[in-house]
Amino acid sequence: MKDKQLSVSAIKEGTVIDHIPAPALFKVVSILKLDTLDTMITIGNSLGSNKLGKKGIIKLSKVFFKDDEINKIALVAPCAKLNIIRDYDVVEKKVVEIPDEIVGLVKCVNPKCITNNEKVSTRFDVVSKSEVKLKCHYCEKITDQDNIEIL
Amino acid sequence: MKNKNLVSITDFTKEDYLRILDLAAEFEEKPRQDILNGYVISTLFFEPSTRTRLSFETAINGLGGRVIGFSDSGATSASKGETLHDTIKMVSNYADLIVMRHPLEGSARLASEVSSVPIVNAGDGANQHPTQTLLDMYSILKTQGTLENLKIFMVGDLKYGRTVHSLLQAMSLFNTTFYFISPDELKMPPTYKLHLEKIGLDFHEGKDLTEFLSKADIIYMTRVQQERFTDPIEYEMVKNAYILRREMLDGCKDTMKVLHPLPRVNEIHTDVDASPHAYYFDQARNGVYVRMAILSSILGIK
Repeated sequence: MKDKQLSVSAIKEGTVIDHIPAPALFKVVSILKLDTLDTMITIGNSLGSNKLGKKGIIKLSKVFFKDDEINKIALVAPCAKLNIIRDYDVVEKKVVEIPDEIVGLVKCVNPKCITNNEKVSTRFDVVSKSEVKLKCHYCEKITDQDNIEIL
Repeated sequence: MKNKNLVSITDFTKEDYLRILDLAAEFEEKPRQDILNGYVISTLFFEPSTRTRLSFETAINGLGGRVIGFSDSGATSASKGETLHDTIKMVSNYADLIVMRHPLEGSARLASEVSSVPIVNAGDGANQHPTQTLLDMYSILKTQGTLENLKIFMVGDLKYGRTVHSLLQAMSLFNTTFYFISPDELKMPPTYKLHLEKIGLDFHEGKDLTEFLSKADIIYMTRVQQERFTDPIEYEMVKNAYILRREMLDGCKDTMKVLHPLPRVNEIHTDVDASPHAYYFDQARNGVYVRMAILSSILGIK
């Protein structure tokens, strides 16, 4: 009998983003703009996970993120773990942290906010991180965890 | 304070508030001064407003300045689809300062980032109306002789009323004790109560207007609007519970004053008007002096 299991090969250099909640995987793809990269990317979703039930994982060859870049995904994948790979070995593990300010990423929940009516990029101060609360720099209204919509 | 924008009441510090209030008292003493001679101030009212616009224009005229602007965006390029960004860019070439009111929340903040001249927010939707707050503070100071350690009752729509939110933010710097009196549906939002808890200020919450009124230094009335209720039956049940009548004021402190940002509908019975406690019409007049103070300090004249 042939072995039909597809094995995802290990990467030599790059980043593995693990423990992404399955429903958030494609949001992570769009936040990090992975569709614009032309390096080798392996994406798996709805894989079994003891911790999350179903998780997603992204392996990126030859890609390393700056902290402020990768921290943006904390909004949708707060427990994501990063493994930094050099020469097939995990040389560093990182967790993501919600930044203090979020620019141009989230839609303001207030329909009467100027950012929903005129071309201007949104901007929020993060006023609470444990239960995410974002205060709009313009209309001063709070967008909370349940209402976060990624632009 | 020169060239500072006034978009949100929190843009100013306690010292800034006190300076504005001092200056306002000066202008009340001497309301005709030619200090804005040669200045052009633009009043852009994308949404109609009688009181605020007339008050600003009276202040500007009283100080010898000139006004350009509009009182209804229907007659402007905004109706042709010009963005707020472009309108502000253009007007900031003509004027030394822009006073604006706009129905969208956050519009004044955006304008302040685009404009080369200072912006004074005269109301951005349900968000901020800082010059109203400063004139409320001036009225409190004038009638009580101090801003410190007062008991302020806020009555009516405490959920959506922007005037009460801004007044709370500003007065919380003066060791105020707040009493929030409203129907359940229109209670003060948790963010503001958390703010008071954080800085260690006492506040009380209740539904009954007549309770504790004898403690009040200031009663700040707001309108309970029918459209704020999801359940019309609920509105019918509470609509008469938040009407202030003259006989309720028996037993109040002699110095207690009733404030209201106006327009009033029926929440203050007209029999209160003749009471020595009524201050809402004087409050509106104070707006002119306070706006003189704001404009002249932002322009760096005072």
